[in-house]
Amino acid sequence: MELELLVASAIGILTAAGMYLVLRLRTFPVIMGVSLLTYAVNVFLFASGRLTIAAPPILSDTVQYTDPLPQALVLTAIVISFGMTAVIVMIALGAYLGGSNDKVNDPDAEEQS
Amino acid sequence: MMHWIIAPIILPALLAPFIVLAARYHIIIQRAVSVAGVLALIAISAGLAWQASDGTVTLYQLSDWAAPFGIVIVGDRLSTLMVLLTAVLALFVLLYAIGSRWDKRGWHFHALFQFQLMGLMGAFLTGDLFNLFVFFEVLLIASYGLMIHGGGNLRLRAGVQYVLFNLIGSTLFLFALGAIYAQTGTLNMADLAQRVAMIDATDTAGIRIAAVLLLLVFAIKAAIVPLHFWLPSSYAEAPAPVAALFAIMTKVGAYAIIRVYTLIFPPDAGVTMGLHTIWLMPAALASLALGMFGVLAARKLDRLVAFSVIGSMGMVLVAIAMFTPAGITAALYYIIHSTLAAAALFLITDLVRAGRESLVLTAMPPISGAALTSALFFIAAIAMAGLPPLSGFVGKLLILNAGLGTSAAVWIWAVVLGSSLVCLVGFSRAGAVLFWKARTINAEENEEPAPAPNALSYAAVSGLLVLLVAHTVFAGPAYSYVEHTASQLFAPQPYVSTVLDTPGKLSTPAKEEH
Repeated sequence: MELELLVASAIGILTAAGMYLVLRLRTFPVIMGVSLLTYAVNVFLFASGRLTIAAPPILSDTVQYTDPLPQALVLTAIVISFGMTAVIVMIALGAYLGGSNDKVNDPDAEEQS
Repeated sequence: MMHWIIAPIILPALLAPFIVLAARYHIIIQRAVSVAGVLALIAISAGLAWQASDGTVTLYQLSDWAAPFGIVIVGDRLSTLMVLLTAVLALFVLLYAIGSRWDKRGWHFHALFQFQLMGLMGAFLTGDLFNLFVFFEVLLIASYGLMIHGGGNLRLRAGVQYVLFNLIGSTLFLFALGAIYAQTGTLNMADLAQRVAMIDATDTAGIRIAAVLLLLVFAIKAAIVPLHFWLPSSYAEAPAPVAALFAIMTKVGAYAIIRVYTLIFPPDAGVTMGLHTIWLMPAALASLALGMFGVLAARKLDRLVAFSVIGSMGMVLVAIAMFTPAGITAALYYIIHSTLAAAALFLITDLVRAGRESLVLTAMPPISGAALTSALFFIAAIAMAGLPPLSGFVGKLLILNAGLGTSAAVWIWAVVLGSSLVCLVGFSRAGAVLFWKARTINAEENEEPAPAPNALSYAAVSGLLVLLVAHTVFAGPAYSYVEHTASQLFAPQPYVSTVLDTPGKLSTPAKEEH
């Protein structure tokens, strides 16, 4: 029971912190927020196959086993979110170095022209 | 087992690395390979569509693993129709990109273009929800590269918004998938269709949340109000051929909504009761109204076209949200129309740029090639606004007709007709300022006129408009095809049994040998 509480609250706190950061105005906190959100979702996916301790992720003679599929899903999700975060960091750096600031909102009308 | 069904995914997946590795510095070879690849794609997808046209569901089990243990590729009428539409659109977009030299303004345009096609084709063909997520990511990461193709501050900044919004959307998608897996223990669409129906009616909280999360994800992709904020800047700042290709990306969201909410959560299912009528329909009507008001309010031509995309997605979703065979039929007809019309308008936006310093809707000296460009704009605007005689009008009639019997009939008629008027005024104003008023302004004396767009660019745009005309002239056959598609969607039993009952590895448990 303690394990469920720990994992659930970890997901909740990560998501809440991630959402807060995503709603900031500048790219750095927003990217941090997206990273936290992806950590939260990775743990969430991992927990979607139920939490089991000290059991092999494969069907064997033993009765107890861990669902292996969420682990495969998490691996895919980690790889994708890692790659995507790298891409957004590069694009955000390009936008920051080329422009005068690192805000994420639409440029003002006078900036646009 | 027939292997053609996976060819639309494999072919671009092979061509893209070939272009990067072997033809990196030879734009001519890149162009030739890219065009040849897209032509082959059209041939393959036409064959697949023809094969699916009699109602057969084609199944491809990757590595011969039986569903639901392995990933499956499924081709039914809807999938193959969308694949064919994508391939045809890709050809004209590619021709324009070559004609207008957009592909030379940055690196790797053709490779990214092929990867984008791979993601799109995969998203339409897959029969597995997690695989759908993966193909979404494939098409998104290619679109990030295409979106900032050519560089520039405004474009990079719009790119940051676009990537961030989609990253958050992907996270939401994963949350939805995790919730679905926790509730049902499977992510295969056909298997889900059976298991969701078996869920105890008293214990549906988890699956309801999952269904709503999934709808939110697809709504982000389809740019439905209030999740549309990413679209205007990204589409307006993206290079014109890329924006034209993106016209199919919003339709991926519409396709996913149709697929998931007819197959897994059918309209009469208890778990999603009220989701379409209470939430999706008002949101769709709001997108339609807001998009068309955006057309009227836009101060730049590229934003105007971007808002017309939101409006036309609203129109598609109004038809989808009815979730009747007539509604889906109308939606499919309109999807084909609005993809072609939006792509043509984005390309025309680029034609208007010839000789204008910006796309702000104020009178400036006439552009080069104004006569031909204005004629094309006139036709495309008629199509997008849904005036007779083009297919937008037919599509709108179908949607109005489908809406007659529903409880929201008054709202549908009022918003569809009202927003059409607003859209018409918006496009008329833009056309008048861009082309008519321009003639009253004289160019500066000693200024060299900008070169007119070349013949290939015009040919690509005209090709799209000819397809629109064909979509109108052959509205009868097209209608009967999409009608059959819709009826197949509302009778999913053959789909489910094809996927689950086809033998493969693991389909029969091996006998215990002790």
